[in-house]
Amino acid sequence: MSEVAIHVEGLSKRYRIGAQQLGYKTLKEKLTQTAATPFRALKSLAGRNGHNSKSAIRNSKSDLIWALKDVSFEIKRGEVVGIIGRNGAGKSTLLKILSRITEPTEGYADITGRIASLLEVGTGFQPELTGRENIYLNGSILGMKYAEIRRRFDEIVAFAEVEKFIDTPVKHYSSGMYVRLAFGVAAHLDPEILLVDEVLAVGDAAFQKKCLGKMGDVAREGRTVLFVSHNMEAILKLCTRGILMTSGQIAQCGAVSGVITSYLEGHLSTTTVVNLRDRSRPAGATGKARLVGVLPSNDRQGWSFAFGQGLSFDVQLEARQPLENVELGIGLFSARGFEVASWTSTYSGVTLPAKPGLNTIRVNYQDLSLLPGQYWLDIGLRSDRGSEDYVPEAVLFEIVVSKSGADANAHTFGGIIVPSVAAHMLR
Amino acid sequence: MNSESAIHHPPSAVPTLRIGPSKGWVPLKLRELWEYRELLYFLVWRDIKVRYKQTALGATWAIIQPFFTMVVFSLFFGHLAKMPSDGIPYPIFSFAALVPWAFFVNGLSQSSNSLVGSSNLITKVYFPRLIIPLASSFSGVVDFLIAFAVLIAMMLYYGLLPTLNVLWLPLFLLLAMITSLGVGLWLSALNVEYRDVRYVVPFITQFWLFVTPIAYPSSLLHEPWRTVYGLNPMVGVVEGFRWALLGTKTAPGPIIAVSSAAAIVILITGAFYFRRMEKTFADIV
Repeated sequence: MSEVAIHVEGLSKRYRIGAQQLGYKTLKEKLTQTAATPFRALKSLAGRNGHNSKSAIRNSKSDLIWALKDVSFEIKRGEVVGIIGRNGAGKSTLLKILSRITEPTEGYADITGRIASLLEVGTGFQPELTGRENIYLNGSILGMKYAEIRRRFDEIVAFAEVEKFIDTPVKHYSSGMYVRLAFGVAAHLDPEILLVDEVLAVGDAAFQKKCLGKMGDVAREGRTVLFVSHNMEAILKLCTRGILMTSGQIAQCGAVSGVITSYLEGHLSTTTVVNLRDRSRPAGATGKARLVGVLPSNDRQGWSFAFGQGLSFDVQLEARQPLENVELGIGLFSARGFEVASWTSTYSGVTLPAKPGLNTIRVNYQDLSLLPGQYWLDIGLRSDRGSEDYVPEAVLFEIVVSKSGADANAHTFGGIIVPSVAAHMLR
Repeated sequence: MNSESAIHHPPSAVPTLRIGPSKGWVPLKLRELWEYRELLYFLVWRDIKVRYKQTALGATWAIIQPFFTMVVFSLFFGHLAKMPSDGIPYPIFSFAALVPWAFFVNGLSQSSNSLVGSSNLITKVYFPRLIIPLASSFSGVVDFLIAFAVLIAMMLYYGLLPTLNVLWLPLFLLLAMITSLGVGLWLSALNVEYRDVRYVVPFITQFWLFVTPIAYPSSLLHEPWRTVYGLNPMVGVVEGFRWALLGTKTAPGPIIAVSSAAAIVILITGAFYFRRMEKTFADIV
């Protein structure tokens, strides 16, 4: 039997801009489009200002983008491979093609072995049905046979810790229970090849740990796993090999620690002013105010901060109209994806009125002694209308130990922050 | 390898699956469809369960729609317009047609919207997409059975007893299902790309109602036009129901042969069109 589980050769996926964003069209559009073909290029140029997936490669024909371009790799049976890369780098497109949800435009993939994919937990869950009914429904949607679900039913229920509520409609479940049940079904899939997309990012910390443990078991059982995540900790723990993707292509492929290092290095912001205009955003965050850049405060060069020093930077945003208050949110994550601290301006009780045009907000973390290492900033904007913009992993910055000084032993500490602690001798 | 869980294939031969771009018309892959029959079962079961859990009147809806149409038809066409009804009391004459008609229309509109309504599944999991409209078509059978029970009760009330011909009834039900699924496949695939299909469906069903002998008997037409009329598969269904239940004179003949052929053509072309469009579903739904 072949030792190769997945063989990918020249895989490419082209999307028509708009096909993904606007989705369906009406017959009228289709008819007018055909009638006005000469004007089509012009029109699509004009309508493209709001588009933001420049990270993907543009085709010379202006309304086509390659979400995946000429990707080739091979995965042997029993390998656990992590795929990392920024949003819009093509990781999810790759998984979608391998799980046969969408077809490639060019190239092919050969898959040897029974394959199952887990791109979301709880696909097809039906709130009106009970936990028991949903286990059967979701299991069969994920490709399990009735007999198989029945055999593993008790295991699933025990894993999800919902024994008491198994005959209650899941609409009455807490979100934690819901996620546990959904993951419980997924965790008991029994394929030879498993494709997983970022599903561990759900539930509370304890449950995440349990899921990670379950994933570890799956990996140790000799199955082939392809795993997409932003959680570098999880990738490092589970995977033997890593694939780094940028702009729809494979940038690096090799031992997982090396790939993670170059992923982080590649994003350590060397330029002082980080341009956010062209960054890819999660869908649904388009608005009247848009994040355009972020830079360290006080004419400081680069994104290295000395340990023990405050962290201060300026966020630039462009508003299309006056806004009474923009709520700024900053998520601080360790380079490996652990959430360190989150903050919003509302929490500090400040109002940030924005005038039309360019605005700059200075953010100053006064008392945050991060351990030396690398950290991500996620930046988000809200107004009273709701979410205006959100850029995940906007900046990767670095905390460094100054060469001489009392803090020189800081790198020997564990954890993430060094608390400011008062201590004195009691008499 | 874990042979106990090898489901799709015998463990000794693990075939390699080739994923690549497809062009033009593609095979229906009926064998794969058969392998996914359990999923079809669960989706039908879900549809039925949720429908009866969510609506306050539950099963009553299955009766209300054809029953009140029958009342209105009886009043205007039967009583006022004195429409001929092949010697059968008009209410039962129209109701025997409205029950399979309601099954057809519900199946048609459910399956037309089924893909768009299942976008969360289509973008996250692979399975043969044909399952989705199939499931919405099948789930209408329960509604049909409820309405059919009312029809039988009405027949007893009017002192009409079905003859042995009633044994043919499942075939006419199948014909109705083939028609509604065939049209449903066309419309559901079109609906993914062109959302105006949603607005077209009520128009189609209304128009179709009038070109089907529900309020009037097909005996109003003379040969050869009656047989040509059978190109509308619902003519065969309705006349078949009346023949099997009420003993009207439209024995399975040319009409039903023409209707069956038309229905099968719609189903097969619908299935191939659906498969051809399938690869775009996940990208634009």
